[in-house]
Amino acid sequence: MVYKLVYENLKHRPVRTLLSSLAIGLGVTMMLALVGVGEGMLEDQANRARGVGADLVVRAPGSSVVGMGSLSMNQKILDYVRARPHVTLATPIGIHSTGGVSSIMGINYDEFAAMSGGFRFREGGKFTAPDDVIIDDLYAREKKLKVGSVLHTMNRDWRVSGIFASGKLARVMIPLTVLQELASANGKITMIYVKLDNPANTQAVIDAMKQDLPEYPIYAMEELIKQFSVNNLPELKAFIGVVVSLAVLFGFLVVFLAMYTAVLERTREIGILKALGAGPGYVLGILLRETVLLAIIGSLCGIAMSYGTRWLIATFIPASMVQAIVYSWWPIASLITLAGAVLGVLYPALKAARQDALDSLSYD
Amino acid sequence: MAIIEIDNLRKTFRSGDVDVHALRGVNLVVQKGEFLAVVGRSGSGKSTLFHILGGLTPPTSGTIKIDGQSLTSLDEAGRTRLRRNSVGFVFQKYNLLPTLTVRDNIDIARDIAGRSEPWDATFLEVLELLGIAQKLDRKPRQLSGGEQQRVAIARAIVNQPAILLADEPTGNLDTENSNMVLDLLRHLNKKTGQTVLMITHDPEAAAFADRTVQMRDGELHGA
Repeated sequence: MVYKLVYENLKHRPVRTLLSSLAIGLGVTMMLALVGVGEGMLEDQANRARGVGADLVVRAPGSSVVGMGSLSMNQKILDYVRARPHVTLATPIGIHSTGGVSSIMGINYDEFAAMSGGFRFREGGKFTAPDDVIIDDLYAREKKLKVGSVLHTMNRDWRVSGIFASGKLARVMIPLTVLQELASANGKITMIYVKLDNPANTQAVIDAMKQDLPEYPIYAMEELIKQFSVNNLPELKAFIGVVVSLAVLFGFLVVFLAMYTAVLERTREIGILKALGAGPGYVLGILLRETVLLAIIGSLCGIAMSYGTRWLIATFIPASMVQAIVYSWWPIASLITLAGAVLGVLYPALKAARQDALDSLSYD
Repeated sequence: MAIIEIDNLRKTFRSGDVDVHALRGVNLVVQKGEFLAVVGRSGSGKSTLFHILGGLTPPTSGTIKIDGQSLTSLDEAGRTRLRRNSVGFVFQKYNLLPTLTVRDNIDIARDIAGRSEPWDATFLEVLELLGIAQKLDRKPRQLSGGEQQRVAIARAIVNQPAILLADEPTGNLDTENSNMVLDLLRHLNKKTGQTVLMITHDPEAAAFADRTVQMRDGELHGA
């Protein structure tokens, strides 16, 4: 019976119920979108790293395992790496940040193409001039670029010579020598990707290299890809914590305001229930159930809206962000929202439970 | 057998710096199955008596018993139990829950009393008598004032309370509907033996009762 009353109360004010649910859902969407973007971008990064086709990577001393890195490794190390047993191909990579999480990558085209199995060009082809740039299809779509278009980055104009299918480490690539020149880092690279004669030799090669290059982080690609996890990004974890707190606050405020108004509006009805013999627990139970139902509806709205944010990201900024749908966070985000909502209803519910029956019945 | 026993009941309110003596030593005995009308003008104290009898507010002093249970020493939880189990209310403004159907308005009183069994045959007869048996799925806004008041009566008696308290039950109704509601109250009283205590300012309404007492300046006359 109480559930029927709760359902009818929510149905009685459909606009408020809808707006409250959407507002509660926004908190859920915030959490799911943020976690989804974190996971999605890491997953995308991992997929693109797989696309290189290497067996191991040698990074600059002191560089972060999942960070972009900079042009800080001496290129001479490349000769050492190429000379190791089992190494069939080693290609240097230069990365230059162009702001935020965007970067431009310098490659030796032929080596990189050989290691990765070649680029699949949607339009155009490889660099033919020092100011040529190749970009992936997602970047082209986001920036509305075609072959022959001009891309302005690193304080100069580049001509797009080719658009390749994404999945090859970077979205924007230029010749490594040009990048080094522009970054005033001649002879410097960011990392070296290494292909072996047999992947089974990976650990042995790493162990041998670590003997000679103890300060260099050297990872098997599979090991490196496993590191692409939110747990290895303390800044992201902290940010998720902030968003979770905001979502709790959001749920609290929305429910507090909605239920406080509802309690005021229903003063007389609460008086009727009390006249019929309803105790404080009964009244409290009605409002708590109403809040839980609102939170559930809100969570469902929030989950649905997270598909909306994914569509928006995939449509308008496919190259800058990737949002994954992280199912494991559905119950987490819903419970966090529920906690905020229950905190929000406590004061209005206690106020209603304590209302004097006679005063409530006199309320117009 | 007395179902209501009131002895020297007093109620004093504090209004600003002034004490208002709403009840000044009320004495009353109501027999089980009686239909009693308490008549008085506005401000005479009759509503205060109604609220104390219904456990909506405690008395200041005196003793009051309903069905042998003393109300004088009841705390808020005790008064809540009293409202749940021993008293049925019919208000002037009907006080139905607007979001619920007629059936649910009646059922919520049962739910609050912790009863879940289906309505018995006697209650179904009462619904027929009240003329609302065919309107159980309607919301209050789809009913006339008279029909809403009849639903309120059904809700008030669904848990078979010791007393039915009706506060100006015809105050918002026209003459035709007033007579119908009063007839029904009297019929219920005679058919089921339901004790009814009706508060009214209208002598014509009071004429439907077995006995009438007058409330004047916080005192009861003719009891």
